[in-house]
Amino acid sequence: MGAGHAHTLYRHGHSPVHRLPPHCKLVAVLGFVLVVVSTPREALWAFALYAVLLAAVAAVARVPAGFLLKRLVIEVPFVAFALLMPFVVPGEQTELLGLSVSVPGLWGAWNVLAKGTLGVAASVLLASTTELRSLLLGLQRLRLPPLLVQIASFMLRYGDVITDELRRMSIARRSRGFEARGVRHWGVLAKTAGALFIRSYERGERVHLAMVSRGYTGTLPVIDEVTASRTQWAYASALPVLALGVCLLGWTV
Amino acid sequence: MSTVQPAAAAPSLEVSGLAYAYPDGHQALFGVDLTVERGERVALLGPNGAGKTTLVLHLNGILDAGAGTVRIAGLPVEKRNLAEIRRRVGIVFQDPDDQLFMPTVREDVAFGPASAGLRGAELEERVTAALERVGMERFAARPPHHLSFGQRRRVAVATVLAMEPEILVLDEPSSNLDPASRRELADILRDLDVTVLMVTHDLPYALELCPRAVILGDGVIAADNRTQDLLCDEELMRRHRLELPFGFDPRSVAVPRP
Repeated sequence: MGAGHAHTLYRHGHSPVHRLPPHCKLVAVLGFVLVVVSTPREALWAFALYAVLLAAVAAVARVPAGFLLKRLVIEVPFVAFALLMPFVVPGEQTELLGLSVSVPGLWGAWNVLAKGTLGVAASVLLASTTELRSLLLGLQRLRLPPLLVQIASFMLRYGDVITDELRRMSIARRSRGFEARGVRHWGVLAKTAGALFIRSYERGERVHLAMVSRGYTGTLPVIDEVTASRTQWAYASALPVLALGVCLLGWTV
Repeated sequence: MSTVQPAAAAPSLEVSGLAYAYPDGHQALFGVDLTVERGERVALLGPNGAGKTTLVLHLNGILDAGAGTVRIAGLPVEKRNLAEIRRRVGIVFQDPDDQLFMPTVREDVAFGPASAGLRGAELEERVTAALERVGMERFAARPPHHLSFGQRRRVAVATVLAMEPEILVLDEPSSNLDPASRRELADILRDLDVTVLMVTHDLPYALELCPRAVILGDGVIAADNRTQDLLCDEELMRRHRLELPFGFDPRSVAVPRP
């Protein structure tokens, strides 16, 4: 514990974007992503405009470009997949930097890269301006099944507790002269995982006991109902509505 | 004895002839009789495996009595009363990480009363009052895992105080606390105007806080007396594997008379 207090994705701030109610932001990001995905991939300029829109949101939210770009790294596995496409997709061939690549493959790669990057960037912006706790409140407000919200909120509460337990087990292992080196030691690590599972399971039972003792009957009472005014909805809808305009242009032009 | 009693006259806790065997056949309780009057602070002592936890889980109906009855302020612990029973019996479990399961301190303290249907300003008042009683009102917005162990234990006490319980049941309240946190918790517990049943191995703590103590041994109440008299009875203590810390003489301590 100690370190890792605030989740690293979140960036503390008081910008207008930070202040928007979480469910408005969730709906806005979902809307934006849907619009981006349904844009024709040939409308290159539309994707550039989307990127400009996101950059504007980042500026209003006072999220520095470096912060945003660093967190885009999560996208790398998809990028690798996209880079393969020009080589494996069959179709008309063309020369690029002395390599023979397929034209539909190139378009496919561009499609995945552009839409993926924009989607991830929008999500990173959401995560860096909204605390996890309020995201959950937002999901609850959007009538996500309560069981899912409960599971997510327990992950939030017990993530650190379980990581801490794992760390203690690792210290105990190393204190007895064990260092995981290579395949031969995977058995020990697997047993650690098993032990951790059983401990967490037992903790789950004890937590349930404590909950039942305080009157839990299957639903968590809604203590904080988040609300949004008409103006806040209007602010939040700016991004997806502008994006929708760009998308429609992309289909007509 | 009539079945309906005026709540003011009824003792906070009335256990009679309570017996219980686990589903695997292991019998843990063999007819426990225990009465705790309103406002009393009683220590429940006993070696590991004596059935203390089993007894505690009967008090709010987590376990169903095989035989015998439990009454909380006159209300029998039965299925149809469970919601009210769980409001009246506040159990503070040993590991505060089990007790505090909500994302923030405030929401955790609000959980009990909100489950009982309280909302809005009334709920907020209840939460603030409970946190003030344990001196943790400044930490309301914090997530529980950012608090020290002693602070978490105090918040755990607040979570049940918020339900305005008839009886507070504490499972090993002093375990894992450093001496300062231990003393702070004692100060808090001493000032509460609520019936307390304290399950503990920490005999000096029991002596400090509880004028009366009972020993649970082999599934029955084996002794019930003033805490100081119990601790001074060396033969009884040895028989129940209860040992005082090195150098501690219960005779040397002046305890306030009940």
